[in-house]
Amino acid sequence: MTSYFNEMYQGNSVRAPYARLQDWMSAMPAELRQMKQAEAEALFRRIGITFAVYGEGGDPDRLIPFDMFPRVFSGTEWARLERGIKQRARALNAFLVDVYGRGEIVRAGRIPARLVYLNEAYEKAVVGFVPPKGVYSHIVGIDLVRTGPDEFFVLEDNCRTPSGVSYMLENREIMMRMFPDLFRENRIQPVDSYPEILRRTLASVAPAKCDREPTVVILTPGHYNSAYYEHSFLADLMGVELVEGQDLFVEGEFVFMRTTEGPRRVDVIYRRIDDAFIDPLCFRPDSMLGVPGLMDVYRSGGVSICSAPGAGVADDKAVYTYVPEMIRFYLGEEPILNNVPTWQCGKSDDLAYVLAHLDELVVKEVHGSGGYGMLVGPKASADQVELFRARITANPANYIAQPTLALSTTPTFVAEGIAPRHVDLRPYCLVGERIELVPGGLTRVALTEGSLVVNSSQGGGVKDTWVLAE
Amino acid sequence: MLLTVDHVTRYFYDQPVRGVVQSHRLMPSQCAGQKMLRWKVTVSDGQMGGGFRDGAGDWVQGWTVLGPVNEITVQVTGQVETVDQAGVLRGHKELTPAEAYLRKTHPTEADAALAALAEGLDPAKDALAAAHEISARVSDAILYTPDTTNAHTTAAEALAQGTGVCQDQAHAVIAIARHAGLPARYVSGYLLVGLDGAAHDAAHAWAEVFIAGLGWVGFDPANRCCPDDRYIRLGSGLDSRHAAMIRGIARGQGEESLVVSVSVQEGQIQSQTQQ
Repeated sequence: MTSYFNEMYQGNSVRAPYARLQDWMSAMPAELRQMKQAEAEALFRRIGITFAVYGEGGDPDRLIPFDMFPRVFSGTEWARLERGIKQRARALNAFLVDVYGRGEIVRAGRIPARLVYLNEAYEKAVVGFVPPKGVYSHIVGIDLVRTGPDEFFVLEDNCRTPSGVSYMLENREIMMRMFPDLFRENRIQPVDSYPEILRRTLASVAPAKCDREPTVVILTPGHYNSAYYEHSFLADLMGVELVEGQDLFVEGEFVFMRTTEGPRRVDVIYRRIDDAFIDPLCFRPDSMLGVPGLMDVYRSGGVSICSAPGAGVADDKAVYTYVPEMIRFYLGEEPILNNVPTWQCGKSDDLAYVLAHLDELVVKEVHGSGGYGMLVGPKASADQVELFRARITANPANYIAQPTLALSTTPTFVAEGIAPRHVDLRPYCLVGERIELVPGGLTRVALTEGSLVVNSSQGGGVKDTWVLAE
Repeated sequence: MLLTVDHVTRYFYDQPVRGVVQSHRLMPSQCAGQKMLRWKVTVSDGQMGGGFRDGAGDWVQGWTVLGPVNEITVQVTGQVETVDQAGVLRGHKELTPAEAYLRKTHPTEADAALAALAEGLDPAKDALAAAHEISARVSDAILYTPDTTNAHTTAAEALAQGTGVCQDQAHAVIAIARHAGLPARYVSGYLLVGLDGAAHDAAHAWAEVFIAGLGWVGFDPANRCCPDDRYIRLGSGLDSRHAAMIRGIARGQGEESLVVSVSVQEGQIQSQTQQ
């Protein structure tokens, strides 16, 4: 049987970062815990944070379970993660500038041309454009799992518009309200500067033609979008306008926002809509969500779009395999964080291996998300394995496979009391004039016993994530 | 050859629209064999927006018109001196890698019938010969017949009915070339037709196929030739929509109709008066 790294206990002793949680945990009788859990749920309902994490769909009004037991990192553990995350964010951005420029990494034979240039996320419309400060992906969400004291793996990169950061902020807010004592007893680094750092990051990439304090807006597809809550939440905290496509228009060389005091020029658009929808003149002509003419203004330096259109080619699951290569190629450094070894079923050797080891591997669709279209070999029934065998054989290039990782566990409140449950982590790295990372992120937890799938659509919940000051 | 162009596009709205936004690819390509002597694009009541040279080397220019307006006129006038390059695009600065033109788009999707037109070709051995053959097969399989297709007709549909215009034929060449593994793209431009200088109701379009070692080579299945000094190249794209000379959107409820008049003449003749 696989053994899993428990982040709180090492044998019978408590690991240092969790030292003070031991008492807190033992001092909490079941009735108090249930009362607190109900209180937390009421708070989440009141603030209305019920959206699906990471655009997984599902019932928009469903509350994602919040687990009160925090997940804790020591300052030292975090310092290494921080270096690794920032390194990755730098390399991903260097890759994007390169593949929309001269494509040196392709010319050098370090990544196949077809994988980049025939990728659905590769936007021909931005070839030759270098966004302000050379940044394509301004918010890089990196999904990490842990398998040992010093073993972390990157599961995937999210370079477009990673969601979930509102949970990081709300989980903290609610924990502080419910357990103020915990925050006196532990030296927990704050995360509440995130909105201000985000605003500063966005302002720092104002376009060439902006000669004043930049006006930043968040562009949302609207209140039907599952992450609308997060869009309005961030706009509020940053003190910027939340707009829909119809609130913006292009006139001459610039983009303007309609306001009650008349049109106001917009310099930076933090867009939470996909590339395909941002400008019907350039991309999907039937899109009603975007702003006609926006891309011409963007490419001529009249407005900045964050993340930059085309950023998605860096976070494709097939391109992911090459991120360590990007780090070596652009930065001349060795990767601090490991990739999960990945087999690409599109390659015949890999395919043969995968089909022979389906019961051990995790198989994912190249373009899938949210834990759908995924096979966890060791947990799957024989029928499911055969179903995937047929699917992979029919369209091998659509699948990748990875070893089933022994995801770490943290103590989690469950019906029977407290039990270990598997977790992952998504920190949010901000890239503008500087690269910044608030100490924390979103921890997702697989609430079902033994489950390795943390997606909220598959019974996952969320936790507050602490980074202790040294 | 000295070519004089007068290209007028008039948009009419049955009720006033609040504004119009357009994106133009209306500048002659900067390449060997095309020397721009004079060139002017105007948009009635228009404000010139941002402009830039894209990765494919095209000059893209934004325009906006503040409404309410019932009609707008886009006028292109100019003169270009051309020299025959035997269809080869030379001296054209672009950054987009040829592989990016292997991507399928809806109008250039190769169905079984289009794929069948690639049979027997050996582009790995002689890509140029294969491209010539593709263009010739398309000229035979889709007969140039105006008014039998529309702007949204796909290459597969045009082939199925056996008729179409330059847009359909170019789409078919692109679909077959890509199917055979050759990067291909859609080119929009002007062509000197006949010697009478009569105005036509459409500009011209053809295809370019990427031949390793040679670069992009033009093929015009509508005229069974490669572009020569009668042609003026403006812009390119994956298909007709991506390469469109004018893309635009009006804000408002008005139903749009348009009238296009294109006149290409040889020599220094005064452009006709527009009413």
